Amino acid sequence: MNFGLSEDQLLFQRTLRAFLADRCPPARVRAVMDGDRGHDAELWAEMAALGIAGLALPVELGGSGLGVLDLGLAAEELGYAATPGPFLGAAMAVVALREAPSAAAEWLPRVAAGDAILTVACGEEGGVWDPGELVTRSAGNRLRGRKSFVPYAAEADAVLVAAQDETGPGLWLVARGAPGVVITPYRGVDPTRRLHAIDLDDTPATLAVSGAGAIRRSIDAGLALLAADAYGGARRCLDLTLQHVQARQQFDRPLAAFQAVRHQLANLACELEPCQSLWWYAAHALDRIPDRGERLAALAKAHLTDVFDRIVRDATELHGGLGFTWDYDLQIFFRRAIFDRSFLGDAAYHRDRAAALAGW
Amino acid sequence: MVRDFLASSWSDEDRAANPPLEGVAALGGVSRTDRRATELRVQAIERGYLYRHVPRRYGGAEEPPDVLRSAIVLEEFRRAAAPGELVGQGPSMLVPTLLEHGTEEQKQRFVRGTILGHVRWCQGYSEPGAGSDLASLTTRAVRDGDHWVVNGHKIWTSNAHDADWMFCLVRTEPDRPKHGGISYLLIDMRSVGVTVRPLRQMTGDADFDEVFFDEVRVPVENLVGGRGQGWAVSRSTLRHERALIGGSFLNRRIFEGVLMLARALPRRGAPAIADPGIRRRFAELEARVLAAEAHGWRLLTMEARGEESGVAGMIPKLYATTTMYELTRLALDVLADRAALAPGDPDAPADGRFVTAYMWSLGMLIAGGTANVQRNVIAERGLGLPRDASAGR
Repeated sequence: MNFGLSEDQLLFQRTLRAFLADRCPPARVRAVMDGDRGHDAELWAEMAALGIAGLALPVELGGSGLGVLDLGLAAEELGYAATPGPFLGAAMAVVALREAPSAAAEWLPRVAAGDAILTVACGEEGGVWDPGELVTRSAGNRLRGRKSFVPYAAEADAVLVAAQDETGPGLWLVARGAPGVVITPYRGVDPTRRLHAIDLDDTPATLAVSGAGAIRRSIDAGLALLAADAYGGARRCLDLTLQHVQARQQFDRPLAAFQAVRHQLANLACELEPCQSLWWYAAHALDRIPDRGERLAALAKAHLTDVFDRIVRDATELHGGLGFTWDYDLQIFFRRAIFDRSFLGDAAYHRDRAAALAGW
Repeated sequence: MVRDFLASSWSDEDRAANPPLEGVAALGGVSRTDRRATELRVQAIERGYLYRHVPRRYGGAEEPPDVLRSAIVLEEFRRAAAPGELVGQGPSMLVPTLLEHGTEEQKQRFVRGTILGHVRWCQGYSEPGAGSDLASLTTRAVRDGDHWVVNGHKIWTSNAHDADWMFCLVRTEPDRPKHGGISYLLIDMRSVGVTVRPLRQMTGDADFDEVFFDEVRVPVENLVGGRGQGWAVSRSTLRHERALIGGSFLNRRIFEGVLMLARALPRRGAPAIADPGIRRRFAELEARVLAAEAHGWRLLTMEARGEESGVAGMIPKLYATTTMYELTRLALDVLADRAALAPGDPDAPADGRFVTAYMWSLGMLIAGGTANVQRNVIAERGLGLPRDASAGR
């Protein structure tokens, strides 16, 4: 058994971690949070140069030919640094499109190079994420409907829209500026990951991939990436708290000298540590064990986002008043934890899916 | 290969002779130690399937560590319901400790019989006055010629009534600071002056005992690791105990068992698993079981790569006992009103063993270092937080 990262993966992880520590410090994250776009084009270009944008694209299209596990390693580091930007939607689009690279031949090499941003529009009003429940319709490759919770639609050069035509579900590419498209930003809790609604009214589109499978795999990858992001974010919260309790003195002792504080932190570490293995396993299954991937991704998303929520809460509590301030960085992770919980469906929804998939 | 071996060496007849696997006692899988079981184990060791970590000269297979192979072998032995490696205080805790700290003579004498289940062990650590503060133990051993003379009282000693030997912590250097005065002694339970008294636990059974030593004479060659080195030796044993309790196998079995119960047991006209609240809790807890399993693979991989496991290696016991509590509590909710029925009641589903398992989830929380002791270890050695200035050393 080899349940660990390869040399290449470890190198990638170290490189990205060092890059983000240097280039994406909290001050830069906050500058992006305060901006209208939630996007830092220069930072995105630098990350693309490290290979982030094309990780899962085939080598012949300028990508690295890697899988969901490798995307997850990136998501974990971005989660640790609270990196703002369009990574999640872009990665989900790539996972869907790599199954039919010819349909998006004009886009994919530019995506890999960081010259174009894609995103996916899977969700619809009323908590719909299931490809079988889509209301948005395509008739003669013209789309009509409303898509909810689309990451970075306003920055995207093209949006991959999940819809149904007379043959069933599929993904259609809608280019920026296509007629009949109205993009409306939400005022989101997490300013590091922006969301938009898209109204489509007789909008011309190109069918990229038919069938529910590609939508499913794109969402499943998204679930694994949210789990990885939650792990990275929770790890950062724990690190911040470990530093704080050793630096902060009360009653002439560091907080860390109090057993109540130490035990609370031990509980958090105990809950968090196996989570890394769980998201690895889910991502690995999506890459290599197809009949288990969907269920594991659902269970991992539900579990990891619950753990992230618990850890960021306890971390804030252990910081006292400082943790409740706008200026201290925990609030950024608190917001990201809420995003991770809610985006692509909540924990109860995914646990119900996992139960149904197991035939319970 | 291992499957072929088992197909030809472990017949349906052999399988039929297996005792039923139930409850917490099934932790070790098929644990027969009769003649047929021993024959199979010896053949399996010769072929390199079992006890790969034990050198050949002590009765093991002596193969380089290969966690994948070991996992396959374990799975195949389970499939074939064949007696594989024994799990328990002797094979899982004493043997690795002896291999690390024992003399050549001690290894020659004890390892082979222990891994085949012919020499059974109990652990003499806790005392009435020394629980979490184990190093304050007062059972003393005084040197008298070629012997140590032991006097004292051990408690919470699992299976002492079945054991041939005890590995025991005794105070040999009363003048030294408390951790430095302890030695690790192997005591023959048939020695004159050893009294075993059963201790009935909350489940109603008596799996524990108290053990009293009154002028018990133990040959000096039974000391492991040198005078005053017992604390260091015991830490090695405790690590193996925590790994044993922290293993994910037991919780996987309990999860599957509770799930079977929920699929079979009707409540208001439908199986319990159809209840939305129950379904979600199964999905919630399955994630914990899966996380613990995958974490175990990660630890094995780190070990195979020679990496320090750090905090990752310190959490399995606390995680497993927390999960076991949640799983067995879910079993009570699945049982609903029938959770009130004890083993032996004809209406108790699965003969009430889930209620017993619920009680055992507390036993596991305490055994091998309580949850709060685990938290101290994680905080101090895993997270690098200073220990209480007021806590003694």
